[in-house]
Amino acid sequence: MFNPSLTTPIVAASVILLLSLDPFATASPIGGDAQRGKDVYQRCLGCHSLKINRTGPRHCGLLGRKAGTQPGYNYSKAMTESGITWTAETLDDFLTAPLKALPGTSMGYAGVRSATDRADLIAYLSTAMDGTVQCK
Amino acid sequence: MCAPQSLQLLTELKAETRREPFHDSAIFHTCRLAENTHFSEASLKKMEKSMFTEFMTNGMTRRRAIKTVGATTLSAAAVAVLGGRDALAAGATVSAQDVSILNTALGAELEAIAAYQTGAESGLLSNATLGIALQFQGHHKEHADALMKTVVKMGGKPVSAKASYEFPVDQLKSEADVLRFAATLEKGAVSAYLGAVPIFQDRELAKVAASILGDEAMHWAVLRHALGENPVPVAFVS
Ligand code: HEC
Repeated sequence: MFNPSLTTPIVAASVILLLSLDPFATASPIGGDAQRGKDVYQRCLGCHSLKINRTGPRHCGLLGRKAGTQPGYNYSKAMTESGITWTAETLDDFLTAPLKALPGTSMGYAGVRSATDRADLIAYLSTAMDGTVQCK
Repeated sequence: MCAPQSLQLLTELKAETRREPFHDSAIFHTCRLAENTHFSEASLKKMEKSMFTEFMTNGMTRRRAIKTVGATTLSAAAVAVLGGRDALAAGATVSAQDVSILNTALGAELEAIAAYQTGAESGLLSNATLGIALQFQGHHKEHADALMKTVVKMGGKPVSAKASYEFPVDQLKSEADVLRFAATLEKGAVSAYLGAVPIFQDRELAKVAASILGDEAMHWAVLRHALGENPVPVAFVS
């Protein structure tokens, strides 16, 4: 009765189906590669740096911080009133498409499409906490 | 093309070096230098003198001089594209988001101008490199000018340059450090414009962003080349 040649494609198909239904299968913002994330972060270096406010605000100590609260930086109203607290999930959402996630933000940037790139980026950002070497 | 003050300097330098023929590009760079109000008179003279000696002894070939002028015409074309947004100025449908994107880009351009200033004044650049840095700074000035005018045309309030910028000056100890610093900013600028292209409501503005992107990418490549690195390490920028 058992015919492996018939079930294998069915199993494979349902795995693919499951993967595409599970939002965390490819989009988990947790557990990224911080080292790779440092490379992805080069895309942000036109406006940001870890340590100083530039065209965009400084990123040291970002995770856990309330959005729009970096002292000395002039945020958009949209950002200060967003009520967001930066976590892996909120960052993943914002960085996918900043202007869609937060209309009115002055971050004029399309976003990071690849879920892997975002996860790596977030992993890198989470290493940049106040007091660490890269933030001194 | 040249302000009277810089013409005066040109005359003095001619007398001092006792050399007559100036290439267009030498005059171009000197004028841009002299017009730069951030320089003190003393540092200006020092830089001009060294650049002149370089230009006149080694000489920029005629071809290179023409190329330099060609590059300015390219960004002038971008200005023309921006300047042609008259329909927008009439105020039919101005996207506030487009204005905001332009303004953020303007902020980054103003920072780039200041960064090249820091590099040029570091005293770490050879004459040849200084010429390149000043030319690139000139492009950023053109980008900023075009973006600023467009923001105004669209009824926005353009951001102005910060009173001072925080650059990692303590890490700039050699010419290579300065070049690497500039290359990082240019690469970042490429990514920033790439991220702006798809989100403009007005496709003409997307085209302008792409035009500036191309210019920044050339800067990035030239700076990498000057560093002895592979000038074009990738087939796609990100
Ligand atoms: C074109 C310039 C630009 C680029 C490129 C850019 N940003 Fe931003 N970013 C901004 C600006 C401007 C703001 C402030 C937004 C506001 O106030 O609405 C900002 C804000 C942010 C914030 C909110 C910070 C806070 O203090 O609340 C995060 C997080 C962020 N950016 C991450 C990134 C990352 C990661 C990248 C690279 C993938 C990136 N940005 C690329 C300009 C940019």
